[in-house]
Amino acid sequence: MSQKQEEENPAEETGEEKQDTQEKEGMLPERAEEAKLKAKYPSLGQKPGGSDFLMKRLQKGVRGTISSEPKGALGMRSVEQKYFDSGDYNMAKAKMKNKQLPSAGPDKNLVTGDHIPTPQDLPQRKSSLVTSKLAG
Amino acid sequence: MIPGIGAFTRDILWCFSQVKGTMETGTTEADIISTVEFNHTGELLATGDKGGRVVIFQREQESKNQVHRRGEYNVYSTFQSHEPEFDYLKSLEIEEKINKIRWLPQQNAAYFLLSTNDKTVKLWKVSERDKRPEGYNLKDEEGRLRDPATITTLRVPVLRPMDLMVEATPRRVFANAHTYHINSISVNSDYETYMSADDLRINLWNFEITNQSFNIVDIKPANMEELTEVITAAEFHPHHCNTFVYSSSKGTIRLCDMRASALCDRHTKFFEEPEDPSNRSFFSEIISSISDVKFSHSGRYIMTRDYLTVKVWDLNMENRPIETYQVHDYLRSKLCSLYENDCIFDKFECVWNGSDSVIMTGSYNNFFRMFDRNTKRDVTLEASRENSKPRAILKPRKVCVGGKRRKDEISVDSLDFSKKILHTAWHPSENIIAVAATNNLYIFQDKVN
Repeated sequence: MSQKQEEENPAEETGEEKQDTQEKEGMLPERAEEAKLKAKYPSLGQKPGGSDFLMKRLQKGVRGTISSEPKGALGMRSVEQKYFDSGDYNMAKAKMKNKQLPSAGPDKNLVTGDHIPTPQDLPQRKSSLVTSKLAG
Repeated sequence: MIPGIGAFTRDILWCFSQVKGTMETGTTEADIISTVEFNHTGELLATGDKGGRVVIFQREQESKNQVHRRGEYNVYSTFQSHEPEFDYLKSLEIEEKINKIRWLPQQNAAYFLLSTNDKTVKLWKVSERDKRPEGYNLKDEEGRLRDPATITTLRVPVLRPMDLMVEATPRRVFANAHTYHINSISVNSDYETYMSADDLRINLWNFEITNQSFNIVDIKPANMEELTEVITAAEFHPHHCNTFVYSSSKGTIRLCDMRASALCDRHTKFFEEPEDPSNRSFFSEIISSISDVKFSHSGRYIMTRDYLTVKVWDLNMENRPIETYQVHDYLRSKLCSLYENDCIFDKFECVWNGSDSVIMTGSYNNFFRMFDRNTKRDVTLEASRENSKPRAILKPRKVCVGGKRRKDEISVDSLDFSKKILHTAWHPSENIIAVAATNNLYIFQDKVN
């Protein structure tokens, strides 16, 4: 019985890059990427499409910026930012407003104290709102 | 000029036409464009942004003096459609970002569009006023009431011309019907109803009635622990007012017929491409999630967009798509980092051209891709200020995957993933496209002559 001697010398592969070796393992770039991810986050849940992931999506309640927080135990960024109550929300908004660029003329003609204001006297609601730059 | 009609199909040469928005490098988040839509004639182009504002552009009349230049789009109207709200019951903020705009077909002198954020749909009327009445009896020229005792004569008020004023008024507000976030709205071909879809439910509205809607799809499980998929997009059939489709986060599409039952939880057709189980990975389900579904103008096909591909399905064949186009397959080897920076969850849209012969979708690095279904040729173009000389022809771009990079190519590792083109629109009958690149809107046209 003649056994076919396979090339067992891994020196065969020295010319190739490490990534190709990984690909041989998984046969797919996706698998290689998956291995990379699992190496970084060992506690990653087995079912990414499972209910935990979807529940996070359903509960998204904040402006869609990428959080700088590290990913949680499930490997998902916590995009949910609940406020304790409306007071908490208004305080947070006020803080944000102070950080933003100065808005255009909110102080014009505020009427207080002299007489009961009528709708015409009050400044336009959200006068600090800037027109879209697309319309500029 | 509709491509693909007739024996001779030439490749379209796309030229830069206009760009809207500022060149500032620091983008205010509110300026990020979140939706783009032409109206049914292509005369108007609407954009919505994260700040809840809508800007409508109108195509100028083509003048005989400038035959080589097609009509340009100029600002017609702009208004604040939605404002940020606070859900007191859940202590959550409701974003004012405009998720979708859909035009109604024009039935009189005014234009109507639907715009929606996560929770509320609004019907806006955009109308022109170019005359104003003068000569009232009971009011003076400033509008103040006159003392009736001082009025001694009567006159007939007349209409006098005035500078054109375009007004946008909210005519209907359809609120409080969605527990989850609205991802789609679609006007029905009966022009009387429309639907709004959130992650788990789809509601049917009549334009005239704002305090009621019919729930036509509900996929919320009794026990939320059993939740396995969500609705990602929905659209009505362009001609059959009883038919609609909705796509899911698992890569499937369901077609429903409203004549079958009031609650369309049981689909009429179920479109799914079988997956080779040996190819399955951690990312499989995430990248198979459909981010957009669009009927062809003919109503015969649907197109779906998932993270890496665009697929065309024949309504008569449920077991697999008839065409699959790779948008940016080179990203397969980058899925780990794309997961870490959340880009893997980006929701790209896709559009048909007027004759359903070419499809277009966006990618990263401000690239967008077009696929000609007849010639099977595809092209990658870039929306950038560097290519923004008037009528400059866009040069095709190429991404190289590894090994030798040619001079004009860009390597995968150099792609800018913060520059993503999620929203594009194609004029209903001409080769004019609108491409939203973060806070800038590019308009490209095909080369004339």
